[in-house]
Parts: sequence; structure tokens; C-alpha cells
Amino acid sequence: MNPALYISKTGLSAQDRQLTSISNNLANASTVGYKRDRVNFEDLLYQVQRQPGGQSSQETQLPSGLQLGTGVRVVATQKQFTGGSLQVTEQSLDLAVSNRGFFQIQLPSGDTGYTRNGQFQINSNGEMVNSSGFLLQPSIVIPENTNNITISQNGIVSASLSGTPDPQELGQITLTDFINPSGLQSLGGNLFVQTAASGDPQTGTAGEGGLGSIIQGSLENSNVDIVEEMVNMITTQRAYEMNSKVVSTADQMLQFISQNL
Amino acid sequence: MDKALYIAMSAAKNNMLGQAIRANNLANVNTTGFRSDFEQARSMGVYHGDGMPTRVFALTETPQTDFSEGALIQTGRDLDVAIKGQGFIAVQSADGREAYTRAGSLYVDSAGVLRTGNNLPVMGNAGPMAIPEFQKLEIGQDGIVSIVAKGEAPDALVQIDQIKLVSPDESTLKKGKDGLLYAEEDVEIDINAKVVSGFLEGSNVNPVNELTHILTLARQYEMSIKLMKTTEENSQASARLLQSNG
Repeated sequence: MNPALYISKTGLSAQDRQLTSISNNLANASTVGYKRDRVNFEDLLYQVQRQPGGQSSQETQLPSGLQLGTGVRVVATQKQFTGGSLQVTEQSLDLAVSNRGFFQIQLPSGDTGYTRNGQFQINSNGEMVNSSGFLLQPSIVIPENTNNITISQNGIVSASLSGTPDPQELGQITLTDFINPSGLQSLGGNLFVQTAASGDPQTGTAGEGGLGSIIQGSLENSNVDIVEEMVNMITTQRAYEMNSKVVSTADQMLQFISQNL
Repeated sequence: MDKALYIAMSAAKNNMLGQAIRANNLANVNTTGFRSDFEQARSMGVYHGDGMPTRVFALTETPQTDFSEGALIQTGRDLDVAIKGQGFIAVQSADGREAYTRAGSLYVDSAGVLRTGNNLPVMGNAGPMAIPEFQKLEIGQDGIVSIVAKGEAPDALVQIDQIKLVSPDESTLKKGKDGLLYAEEDVEIDINAKVVSGFLEGSNVNPVNELTHILTLARQYEMSIKLMKTTEENSQASARLLQSNG
């Protein structure tokens, strides 16, 4: 069968994957703390049909050979941990991380998840939780008669209680960093978990040791660039069309030979 | 049967191989740093002693890779590098040899090794490059990787290593089975090669060119089939002639 058929098929499925990733990025264009995905393409193996320098007769050699590429594949999707813009919300439990670093969230399974989404709330026990109700780690419990919560750049949470003049320190929010954040596995729900590729979590005080500082009253927007995604969508669609054109051309050729011979 | 049938068959078969090369280029129209392959056909004469040299078969080949530049795509990521003008990034291929690529979407793995997007270690001054934990990484114009180590002030930028950028004579490079480019001998670092960080280089495939060639090859293929059909009709006609005389 015509090899071009299978080669363009790989092109079609790769562009399809690319479009999936683009649409996911666009769908999350306003998800707080979302980091965009990028699809990495790689050319597939080449088959050497004829080695360059093969004998064309006893005295002569072919100056060039025949190497057939076999198409393209998606080698990885890479999370891009560039910073998103900051959005000031003035909510005391909205937190953003200015540079590197993740908040730790205790997952229902007992494992630790990591997130850049700093939209925290308080549950019925007064504990700080994320939007899904999972506990922030280390746990911060906010007393009932709290008027005002202040979270410093280093993550120290203090509350001013009614009837008490001095603010009371409730605990400290720590941040975690990874040597290769792109290697984290996305769980959905703005959460990541560590993998062998990400390296071990290194937890530390915000604003120290290369970790970013915590900004209270702000959220980090998604880092999806809509214009870039739209342009990628155009190139993806056209590449898809051209690859499907090759499939139909190869099909017509096979049809032509079976009808004419 | 007339040999014309086999000549036409070789043409049709090689047109298909030619299309495979073009289709591969087109499938990689969005692959970062991909270099397209040329496709051409050579006429291979098969002569037996004296007589008319009519037996000339077609032979498709990939004479070279097109090294023209692809479009630069701005990504804003510190670890994305594109090469300005000529030159390649040296990487260590799966079998341990030094190979060259233009695909500069790099990352640092959990062991601190700088790798390309398809997981190949990037060569530094002395083999693969190990990068200590950092809070900020910069890749300079000449491929020098400098970092601000964890917990240091922003002015404590230290140079770690230099990405091995090479500019070998492009005619000596051959594409390997893994799509990377290989030189016959390892090439020395070229201090004049320049990269720009925050950009990636797209594929240099010209889709219009490839699609047009695929269509041309399809028409040529159809003509070869027509020729096969004609030889079939010729032999039918001669068979009929002999039958009616008999």
C-alpha cells in the first residue's frame, strides 16, 4: 500500500492531539493558577531503503540513498510554568505566589497535591481549604471571632480577634518547589502530584531559598495567551487539511490503479 | 510481455516512495526545528550490450536535507532557544553518539540534566550538562547557561556551562534513523554561533511546495498506470491478431 497513507495518518493524529491541547488551554484561559500545555512533536524513525554509497554498477556508486521518514508523533505535553498576570481581588484568603513555588494541599487519599491556585476558603471547622474542600498543608485553623486575617509575604498567618488588641499568630503557610515542575502530573482541579520526573518536593519558607513570596489579596491568572493559541489553532487546522489532502490523493491513486488495470 | 510494462511499474513504485518523503515532510509541518528532506528521481539505465538504450528505470532518492531556516516563534520561556542563522545544538543521541538538532525546547530533569524536549541530554563543554538547583536560569546569546542558585540574591548570577553550539559544513551532515543530524566526525564548538532565548524555531517545511509535489507525483503515477494499461492493450491486440489468423 502507498506508504504516504500511513505517514499522513500520523500527521493527522498529531494535529488532532495538538488541537485537543489548544482547546484545553483555551477552555482554561480564565482558570486561576492554570499553566498552559504545549505539545512537543518529534519526527518518527527513518527507514533506510537504500544506503547512500551503494554500488550502482561494479565501478560506480550511487551518490545518495533513499531514506523514508515515517511521520510524526507527539513526544510529550509540556506544562509551561511561566508566570501568569496578577489579579487584585482584595479578598483576605486569596493568595498568589510571586515566583516559583506551590501551595501544598492534602488530597483525600492522604497524598500531597500541589497547586498555584490560591483561592482559599474556610470550612465548618475553621480550617483553610481549597475550592474543592481539601485541606491546606500545614493546616491553618481560623478562630470563630476573627475580624481580620493578615498573611505576610513569608506566609505567616495572623488574625486580629475581637476584644484582643494584639494580633494572634495562627501558623505559617509554606511553599514547595520542584527542580523540574514540567514533570509534575496534572490531576485536574488545578492540582499536581509529584512524579519521578519532577524530582522530590523541597518545602521551605516563602520568600527564602529561591521560593517566591506570598501575595495576599491577589490571584494568579492563567498563563494562557489567547492570541498565541488562536494562531496555533490556525496552523494546526491547515496542517490537518493538507495531511488529509495527502490521504485523499493516495486513495485516488490506489483507486486509479485498481480501476485501470 | 513488453519490457515497457516493467519500466512503467518502476516509475509508479518510485512515485509512491517519493510521495512518502513528501508526506513525511508534510506530517512534520508543525514539528519544532524539523528540517525537510529533498526528494528527487534518478534515471538508472540497464543496458545489455549493443542496441537502443531504452531500458531506463526510475530511482527515487533523498539526496540531502534542506537546511534553510524556519520561522521563529516567540514563547517567552527561558529554556526555549532558537539558533540565529546557521548552527546546531549538540545533543547526546540514544546510542551515546553526538548528534545535532535545531529543536531547542529544553528542560531540566529531576537529576538536573539539561535535556531537549525529546529527552536527549544537551552537550556542554564536557559532555552532558548538569545544572544545580536554581531559581532563575538564563541562556545567553553564546549558549552560556547561568543561574541564580536557590536562596541567592538576584545579582549572584553564576555561569554553569555553555551549550555546545556547532556550525559544521552542512553538506557533511546526514540525517540518522532517529531524525537527528550526524556528522562523520564530532564537530568542535563554534564560539560565533548565536542563540536567542524565549524563542523556538518552527519547521522549515513549505507546505505549498510539498503538496504541489505530492499532486505532481500523483499525476505522474497515473500516467505510468495509463502506460501499463496501454501495454496491456497492445499485448491483447497482438494476441487477437494471432488468434484470428490461426
